[in-house]
Amino acid sequence: MRFIFEKDTWQEIYDSIRKNKGRTAITIFGAFWGILLLVGLLGAAKGIENSFNSLFGDFATNSVFISGSKTTMPFKGYQEGKQIDLTTRDVEIIKKEIRGVQFVVPRNATGGQVTYGFKTGNFTIFGDFPLLDEVQKKRLTDGRFINQKDIDENRKVCVISEGIFKELYKKKEDAIGTYLKISGISYQVVGVYRTSRFEGTNNIHIPFSTFKLVYNKGDKFIWMVVTGKKNFDIVQVEADVKLLLKNIHNVHPNDTRAFRGFNLGKEIAKVTGFLKGLQFLTWFVGIATLIAGVFAIGNILLITVKERTKEIGIRRALGATPNKVRQQIILESLFLTLLAGSLGIIAGGLILMFIDYKEWLTNPTVDIPIILIAYTVLVILGTLIGFIPAYMATIVKPIDALREE
Amino acid sequence: MIKIEKLHKSYPIGKESIHVLKGIDLHIKEGEFVSIMGSSGSGKSTLLNIVGLLDIHDEGNYYLNGELIKDLNEKKAAILRNKFLGFVFQSFNLISYKTALENVSLPLYYKGVSRKERNEISMDYLDKVGLKDWASHLPNELSGGQKQRVAIARALVTKPKVVLADEPTGALDSITSNSVMDLLKDINNEGMTVFVITHEEEIASQTKRIVRLKDGVIVSDELTKAPKTPLHV
Ligand SMILES: Nc1ncnc2c1ncn2[C@@H]1O[C@H](COP(=O)(O)OP(=O)(O)OP(=O)(O)O)[C@@H](O)[C@H]1O
Ligand SMILES: [Mg+2]
Repeated sequence: MRFIFEKDTWQEIYDSIRKNKGRTAITIFGAFWGILLLVGLLGAAKGIENSFNSLFGDFATNSVFISGSKTTMPFKGYQEGKQIDLTTRDVEIIKKEIRGVQFVVPRNATGGQVTYGFKTGNFTIFGDFPLLDEVQKKRLTDGRFINQKDIDENRKVCVISEGIFKELYKKKEDAIGTYLKISGISYQVVGVYRTSRFEGTNNIHIPFSTFKLVYNKGDKFIWMVVTGKKNFDIVQVEADVKLLLKNIHNVHPNDTRAFRGFNLGKEIAKVTGFLKGLQFLTWFVGIATLIAGVFAIGNILLITVKERTKEIGIRRALGATPNKVRQQIILESLFLTLLAGSLGIIAGGLILMFIDYKEWLTNPTVDIPIILIAYTVLVILGTLIGFIPAYMATIVKPIDALREE
Repeated sequence: MIKIEKLHKSYPIGKESIHVLKGIDLHIKEGEFVSIMGSSGSGKSTLLNIVGLLDIHDEGNYYLNGELIKDLNEKKAAILRNKFLGFVFQSFNLISYKTALENVSLPLYYKGVSRKERNEISMDYLDKVGLKDWASHLPNELSGGQKQRVAIARALVTKPKVVLADEPTGALDSITSNSVMDLLKDINNEGMTVFVITHEEEIASQTKRIVRLKDGVIVSDELTKAPKTPLHV
């Protein structure tokens, strides 16, 4: 194996490669393209996944939103078309009865006119518990979110989204401590947060208890966010919760429309499945191209060996042993795949950097070990495939090789 | 140096085979300058290729430098070629993408000589054939005579015991032919064994011994009188 480390061996290969530039370029193109595609596709797939994840921001992904609606079946003497309202009592029962439930967060919402100084706008006002911050993490840029004390004391405080801040306040203004008029009542601003893309942009959150009093909701609320514990199937949790609610509210067990549910976990699982498929496809396409590239190298080397039969004959007449000849061809193959692979990785990396720079996707990256594995596979295959032309180059007698025109 | 006894060689052609060499006995001593003549197809190249270990014979014995050549594997053959033999071909057989100097130094590369030393030695030999100034030129930038001189330098660079030349002047005009022959004579005068194939009496008469082949057998084998000096123009 010493020959690998000898400068002369590589010099000879370098000469032969350099002086046959066209051939070299065509040869490396296949493998270059393969690894470029693999890196590019894997990175893009990762970028799509990241973009998707950032879309939901810090939402608990194993959650389901449930709200009451009208019944569509008569049951226990009740006519169909009965309006079902969720109540805080439901929350307590769900928490007690259903295994696998982590949080149950009731929420209220209404539209309302909001005024600050001379500025005014129509925004969505939410009545929320501090717990909301657990299931839909609020990225506060200033101040704090609603806390238990706000709830206990029915404080007139509010947390506003950045969108509202931009509409009502001047750029550098400090919103914390200022007062907003919401539907004619003054609230003190205690926090400003940045919304994720999934939420609306113009939201105001006030304490659930305050909302209840101001809008006269009693124990009723519009919907709740239920999150599942780790390792619990959120689809099952949804079914269990709905069944329990039907029982409490005297709804026919087969009435599927009395409660509405948006199962975030299920939707995300769908997309995740899609992403998995995408990644699988990426791998498949990438590896197939890679292998095709390696075969291209082998094939072209085989053709060039044919073209070079005479040259190889000359070399053998001058004293090149079959081993030397084979070594050279295999090392050429190795070198070309190394080069093609490196160029492919660099080009792929540059493309991903460009995509990242343009912010077309979020953080399109490929794990280094994956690149290394792909690279190693490429180089090993490239070397192995080099054995075929190397073998072909030495099976003919030197005189037959020399006779070739 | 070269000893051949009852050498036979046939080429299979389909199911048939043609008997090309039909019992050749030939003994060439060190330092001889031998030419082989004969009509086309008489088996000259076949003989030379066997002597040059580029091809294998079917029957008979061949001793190169006292060593019986039998069941030689390709590796051994390559080493022997590199060590004992230098080739000059009718069609030059230079590697087209290598410069004159690189072509000359190739046998030294396979001999394992370091690059620096290789280039020095090769340059000396290029100088010897009068092509020092052409060292960095590619073969297609050289004339036929120059190419053949590069090929001769390449054949000599490993200081072989025998130089084998298959119609070295076949592709050259008479003037360049003579300069090539002069080179071969110089080599021979330095003690190297030279073995050439030629069609031309004019060339053969410049060697010291002429072997004539006909239909695969030697029909005459005689020393030339005093080797003639060629006409210089
Ligand atoms: N590889 C081969 N396969 C089959 N037949 C061959 C082969 N090489 C040579 N021959 C035949 O062997 C015979 C001798 O060929 P060889 O090349 O030795 O002749 P030569 O004396 O060198 O002729 P020339 O002067 O034309 O070069 C010819 O009939 C030729 O057709
Ligand atoms: Mg011939």
